[in-house]
Amino acid sequence: MTTVRESPASYAPADLQHPRSVQARSGAADRLFHAVARSAGGATVGIMLAVGLFLSVRASDALQATGTGFLTEQQWSPETGQFGVAAILFGTVTIAVIALLVAFPLAFGTALLLSEIATGATRRFMVSLVDLMAAVPSIIFGLWGVYFLQAAIIPVSQWISSTFVFIPILAVTDESGARVSDASFFTSSAFIAGIVVGFMVVPTTTSVMREAFSQAPPGEREGAYALGSTRWGMIRAVVLPFGKGGVIGGTMLGLGRALGETIAVYMIISPIFSINWQVLKTGTNSVSALIALRYGEATDFGLSALMAAGLVLFAVTLVINFTASSIVARSRSGAQSEV
Amino acid sequence: MATVTVTEAAPATVSRTQLPERTEPVGPRRSLSTWNTQEWFDVLGAALAGIAIATLLFGRVTAMYGGIGWAVVALISFVGVYALLVSLHSTRQHVADRLATVLLITAAVLLFGTLVFIVAYTVIRGSPALVHSSFYVETMRLAGPLDPLTVGGIAHALVGTLIQISIALAITVPLGITTAVFLNEVGGPFARFVRTVTDAMTALPSVVAGLFVYASVIQLVTHERSGFAAALAITVMMLPIVIRSADVVLRLVANGLREASYAMGATRWRTVWHVVLPTARSGLATAVILGTARGLGETSPVLLTSGVTAVMNVNPFQGPMISMPLQVFDFVRSAEPALKARGFGTAAALMVVVLILFGLARVIGGRAPGELSQRQRRRVLARSARSFAEIRRLHPAAPAARNEE
Repeated sequence: MTTVRESPASYAPADLQHPRSVQARSGAADRLFHAVARSAGGATVGIMLAVGLFLSVRASDALQATGTGFLTEQQWSPETGQFGVAAILFGTVTIAVIALLVAFPLAFGTALLLSEIATGATRRFMVSLVDLMAAVPSIIFGLWGVYFLQAAIIPVSQWISSTFVFIPILAVTDESGARVSDASFFTSSAFIAGIVVGFMVVPTTTSVMREAFSQAPPGEREGAYALGSTRWGMIRAVVLPFGKGGVIGGTMLGLGRALGETIAVYMIISPIFSINWQVLKTGTNSVSALIALRYGEATDFGLSALMAAGLVLFAVTLVINFTASSIVARSRSGAQSEV
Repeated sequence: MATVTVTEAAPATVSRTQLPERTEPVGPRRSLSTWNTQEWFDVLGAALAGIAIATLLFGRVTAMYGGIGWAVVALISFVGVYALLVSLHSTRQHVADRLATVLLITAAVLLFGTLVFIVAYTVIRGSPALVHSSFYVETMRLAGPLDPLTVGGIAHALVGTLIQISIALAITVPLGITTAVFLNEVGGPFARFVRTVTDAMTALPSVVAGLFVYASVIQLVTHERSGFAAALAITVMMLPIVIRSADVVLRLVANGLREASYAMGATRWRTVWHVVLPTARSGLATAVILGTARGLGETSPVLLTSGVTAVMNVNPFQGPMISMPLQVFDFVRSAEPALKARGFGTAAALMVVVLILFGLARVIGGRAPGELSQRQRRRVLARSARSFAEIRRLHPAAPAARNEE
């Protein structure tokens, strides 16, 4: 870089006479690499499409037999042709909503603590704990839910139902509509399943929220402090507006996971096939628990009905996930790291 | 902030920055912590008041009972009393700040407390089974439901898990990382389509993946449940997880490195093999290990595909092959206390396996792409010194190195 060989002007005309193509020609190794990489991508898409197509084709039998009644019928007996996802989907959504009511405050608080208050080794340790929680197998949450939480939460359920008896969804009544407070009416409810699933989705929600919060620009943070704000004032004025997309997106991703959770729900609930508005009362259902419960004894048509239910669940989680990731992506800066 | 007095201007001959000499104390030292003794007493007093109120209400004043309710009431009264205490000597802004801080910490304590409790509960309930060595080396072939915990174990489930996850990894790792490379290094409209499909695949509920394998592979091809079918179901679940996390890691590889490689005349393939993948190695390992931990814990796809057995089966293509999560599920369905203890013990063992994998991921990974450990840095320097020596040997006229370390 020490000697100037030629001034650019002296060879510019030559270049104009002999323009060069700037298209690179790939060598054989590169072409092979591209082909391999492309076929790996193709294989991934192939697996996914195989799952989707197979489910759709097999589910079509059941869907054709019932038509739109599939979405409104509560019973599930494919043998008699009377089946639909209304009650099951209702149960799935109930459990997921309760899960979010549990998960949201925990995830929101933990994410803010991790991005704004904790520092250094404490923060690294707690981030690891959140990641670890995401890796805890769901069956362990299920065991805890069945053998510890179920018995421990019943007094709370009883208290809620007797105190807020005027709110229809919190009251617990028997068939005749009379209020009951016996403990046996409060087991295996959507409430208990929802709490367990809530703890399971906290890590997903927390990490999305934390990432969004920590991207709030330092200049604005310092500006808030310079104006005399307290830390909470700064969080409200800077971090939360910047992290709004992450909060919404993270919550929705959590909702997507909560809807698909199987084994913990299957262990806790006692399945029923009617819409149960009383979330504290025994008996609810979920699509994934239904599949785990019925796949073994199902006939070909019964399996087709289960696949239709699975397909409906998949469609719901798909829409939720895509909405969530587009919200998160829009709130995220696309800057790549540079050297 | 303390003002710093500048000493006389340094002589012009000295070009380096000099620290000012301190002749006298700059000012009284102060703590930068915003928490003084009173703040701590506020927390302590509120905590004691909360516990006292909850204890009074439960069983004495009202008819409420139960541990969880007690904790909730204690927490609510703690927050209320704390707000009251802080408001005695602070402004509204200050009260809101303190209260928010305490609430955030409470959320984290609740979360991590529950996590620790869940793990500890599993280990404690499983400890009667965990202490017997037979638990790790025997199968349940000869052990009936009423047999004591000294007979029988989960060796068959351990082996089953190992075989299933190995098959799943053998498919997932090459396919997943190559796909992630395709997404990042090749690009184009098809890559965007692949990324969208991968995102969609993460939404697939695990039980639906199991149902797919059950209805396609088992019902149409093999006609029996097998370890291989379970491995396929785990693969369908793990693949999108691995692709997405590997994609994120590869995206973090600095573009400058790729451009430097191209500027040296490297082909795309060589750039990927010699620059991108080694730079992202620790992150990729973390992605794979965390994906493995997720795959290990999957119960519902295995429930539909692997079948339950009490005997050792090392052939993934024939006969049922149970794995650890499914063994937990199968054990705790029974009402026998011994089988329940075995179930909790298996769950604890599964948790330990996940913990080990997780620790491994933290040791290997945890560094951003391109960030090297001390040892790696030394190795890289030695290698570049060697190649420099080689260049000198071949071209003695080459200019000297600027900084040899």
